[in-house]
Amino acid sequence: MRVGVVTFPGSLDDRDALRAVKLGGGEPVSLWHSEHDLKGVDAIILPGGFSYGDYLRCGAIAAHSPIMTDVIDAANKGMPVLGICNGFQILVEAHLLAGGLIRNDHGAFIRRDQKLRVDNTDTPWTSGYSVGQEITIPLKNGEGGFIADDATLAQLEGDGLVVFRYVDVNPNGSLNDIAGIRNARGNVVGLMPHPEHAVEAGFGPDTSAAMKSGTDGLTMFQSVLAASILS
Amino acid sequence: MTEHIPDTVENASATPEKEQPYDALGLKPDEYAKIREILGRRPTSGELAMYSVMWSEHCSYKSSKVHLRQFGQKVSPEMTKHLMVGMGENAGVVDIGEGWAVTFKIESHNHPSYIEPFQGAATGVGGIVRDIISMGARPVAVMDALRFGDIDHPDTLRVVNGVVSGISFYGNCLGLPNIGGETWFDSVYQANPLVNALAVGALRHDDLHLANAKGVGNLVVLFGARTGGDGIGGASILASDTFAEGGPTKRPAVQVGDPFAEKVLIECCLELFAGKCVEGIQDLGAAGISCATSELASNGDGGMRITLDNVLLRDPTLTAEEILMSESQERMMAIVTPAKLEAFLTVTAKWDVEASVLGEVTDSGRLIVEWKGQTIVDVDPRTVAIDGPVYNRPMEYPAWLDALQSDSPSRLPRTVDGDDLKGQFLTLLGSPNEADMDWITNQYDHYVMGNTALNAPDGAGMIRIDEESGLGVALAVDANGQYCQLDPYVGAQLALVEAYRNVASSGATPLAVSDCLNFGSPENPEVMWQFARAVEGLADGCLELGIPVTGGNVSFYNQTGDVPIYPTPVVAVLGSIDNVARRLPSGWQDDGENLYLLGVTADELGGSAWASSVHGHLGGLPPRVDFAAEKALAGLLGAAAREGIVTSATDLGTGGFIRAVTDAVLRFGVGARVWLDGIIERDEVDHTAALFSETQARVLVSVAREDDVKFRGLCEGRNVPVLRVGVTDAQSHSIDVQELFDVTIDELSAINRATLPRRFGAVVGG
Repeated sequence: MRVGVVTFPGSLDDRDALRAVKLGGGEPVSLWHSEHDLKGVDAIILPGGFSYGDYLRCGAIAAHSPIMTDVIDAANKGMPVLGICNGFQILVEAHLLAGGLIRNDHGAFIRRDQKLRVDNTDTPWTSGYSVGQEITIPLKNGEGGFIADDATLAQLEGDGLVVFRYVDVNPNGSLNDIAGIRNARGNVVGLMPHPEHAVEAGFGPDTSAAMKSGTDGLTMFQSVLAASILS
Repeated sequence: MTEHIPDTVENASATPEKEQPYDALGLKPDEYAKIREILGRRPTSGELAMYSVMWSEHCSYKSSKVHLRQFGQKVSPEMTKHLMVGMGENAGVVDIGEGWAVTFKIESHNHPSYIEPFQGAATGVGGIVRDIISMGARPVAVMDALRFGDIDHPDTLRVVNGVVSGISFYGNCLGLPNIGGETWFDSVYQANPLVNALAVGALRHDDLHLANAKGVGNLVVLFGARTGGDGIGGASILASDTFAEGGPTKRPAVQVGDPFAEKVLIECCLELFAGKCVEGIQDLGAAGISCATSELASNGDGGMRITLDNVLLRDPTLTAEEILMSESQERMMAIVTPAKLEAFLTVTAKWDVEASVLGEVTDSGRLIVEWKGQTIVDVDPRTVAIDGPVYNRPMEYPAWLDALQSDSPSRLPRTVDGDDLKGQFLTLLGSPNEADMDWITNQYDHYVMGNTALNAPDGAGMIRIDEESGLGVALAVDANGQYCQLDPYVGAQLALVEAYRNVASSGATPLAVSDCLNFGSPENPEVMWQFARAVEGLADGCLELGIPVTGGNVSFYNQTGDVPIYPTPVVAVLGSIDNVARRLPSGWQDDGENLYLLGVTADELGGSAWASSVHGHLGGLPPRVDFAAEKALAGLLGAAAREGIVTSATDLGTGGFIRAVTDAVLRFGVGARVWLDGIIERDEVDHTAALFSETQARVLVSVAREDDVKFRGLCEGRNVPVLRVGVTDAQSHSIDVQELFDVTIDELSAINRATLPRRFGAVVGG
């Protein structure tokens, strides 16, 4: 399965996402923001970073870059799309996902190993987890506070569209401890924490077993392969 | 708005009597006279701008040069074995094997960081990263060494917040993992914080690029951000001087950074290197175009002709002098063959990076700058960039030093009472310089790039360079201003051995050194003496350890009022490791492992954390340095890591043995029982020294029981003194110092973690 990772100017975790795809068993494919070319991929990841310097609003300019018309088109046809951190912000700005992301309530950039609960596994990116499973993956952002108006929030909760929730510590003031959401169809998922940084033992979060041995994020990159086999 | 009339070479020749504001630009009368002598006429205002910035202390090293030569002279063949590029280039390059090389450098951005902490610190990171790109390397990590004023002074909050968020903002946006560093608070840094930023990059041997302009007819291309009016400071004097009317322009003296522009520039440069589009390259830092053109020309075929009309400007009202001096960030200058220009511009266009051709390389031996069709600069570039003034400044043994050294900590009261010792331990642990730095490091991304094998709070940072083989590098930065105040020669060596030991404790083999020498005014003979002694100490120490200084930076004029800072030579040591999977963390995770102390303990509390935090005392002599013991220890740790027979290694530094035990316990929250009897009996020291002495060449290691015999054999074979001093205990959730005191991990952690948040704000999840 070919999984594309879009590089925008200012993308930072694009190579990490490509590595995660490879470690998950997929074929990583680099995509370039200014080209209308998805190179025949079966799934797309919008990686973390500071696309276009986060000018205007995080993700706002990237949401209007040439390749995004193709990404939006593919998403609307059901292709699995994952937005991580800045990628989540781009998906929100592109209206593929609901809500918005604002400055962390404490005002500073925060990097920590974050515990999450998986609340929804009916997506191509989370099918390998079980509902209620707790995972730890890195979080690192300055603008990760999830917001939505009351009606949207009620709909997200009512329709079970919350995919990940912060556990123990809400690191940025997100409403309802929301760390990640999906669209109604389930093929588009966005989250602020970084699963691609918990895929390789030796370079992930510390665990009680061994330093940096956490690989809880790998399941996301494996899940999407299973999804394609089903479809 | 009136039009600025440039001062041409022709005009300068015709008006020799014209008064020039050399004094306001920081040039001394004899320096100005020297410039006139070199040129055989008065300089144009553009030339004066160039000379004034390039002959400044910051760019010319005029006060430090005579001392820094030692780094090139005290060199053994062992030291140059791995060196591909030594001092003098943008950064040194070290061969780490498998066709890989790394380049690293540490540099100061102290004064801007006091005036405008956020931008000062941010552009400090940006500048050092561009030095790394200039060598043809991909930057792979950053670190920083910081010094702030008294933690309780109201202004410290402003500086700390600004500096930390500036580093966080710029480094995080560049996508470079911040893998460690160190921070101290002391009132000597109150109005003069130190911000020393380190960057390390990796490259294949073939990709090495040097900053020179060779090949007559090759093109000089400026690319990256547009040139604006930032970082000019003094040039506005020249501008106002030649305005037909109107007052002086006010330009900001501190540069403003845009990490997005720099990130794009990095990727653009790497693609240019990969496409072999570049012959030579230089970043634009201090002194901007003046520096880049004169250095490139001096290091190449000797001549260059450019026209400033082609410089893309952010502010069209800039004068020629201002363009020459502007320190606008995120700019690079490349030497490109005419045949490659199109390919070059294709790459820059892909990354939306603006580029313009300013001129070409010549063999005339002259750097000629034109502006609106007239020649405004015509100089021998070597007189600007290389043959600047050199001062052998007067030195004087500090009048106060004997009194300070004879105020030995031996006069301080000592106790053998367990509760009292516990109280001292907890006071030390909560003191600002021993406190947990999570408040700072939690604002840095160490995950990005996915190759970080070690990061703060481990004693060294470590990065995987080759994803297939696991080949990696380790880095540590250290300095101890208190030790240097007591003895700058020994103090500089203590910074060196500390960083060396931290690298060795990670399992890596130390290979090279970069230094950032922060001192007071070189015009103060006592400061100059401190500087000379520190450089001598460092050069002698590097020779002893067999690792070369590959580059670095000198920062003078660091003082609060008339009081110079403590001499603060920050030393970075880089090491390599065959496979980062063999790395050692600075704490244990498993139950029932034996704890061994490597090295012997003497009663050395001069300049110690115990003396300052418990007694408010600074005096006596710092710990002695034993290079042979450090080398033996490093050799042992490397072997133990390779064979996988130690599970962790924690360097003993400030705070001594008990501090190292605490670091190791807090690393993963696994407790320990330790005993002091062995240390006290074998080394004939008292409880205070056993707990708090800062004797060097000591490391605490944990060893799984099944590796015990093997480990002891290794120590014996390598003649490293070893003593079993405890066991790990996963059930106790405490540090138990037998027959003296025990403290729960919760209490330790609370005390250690509370200090910074109390002043600067809560830690998320803290």
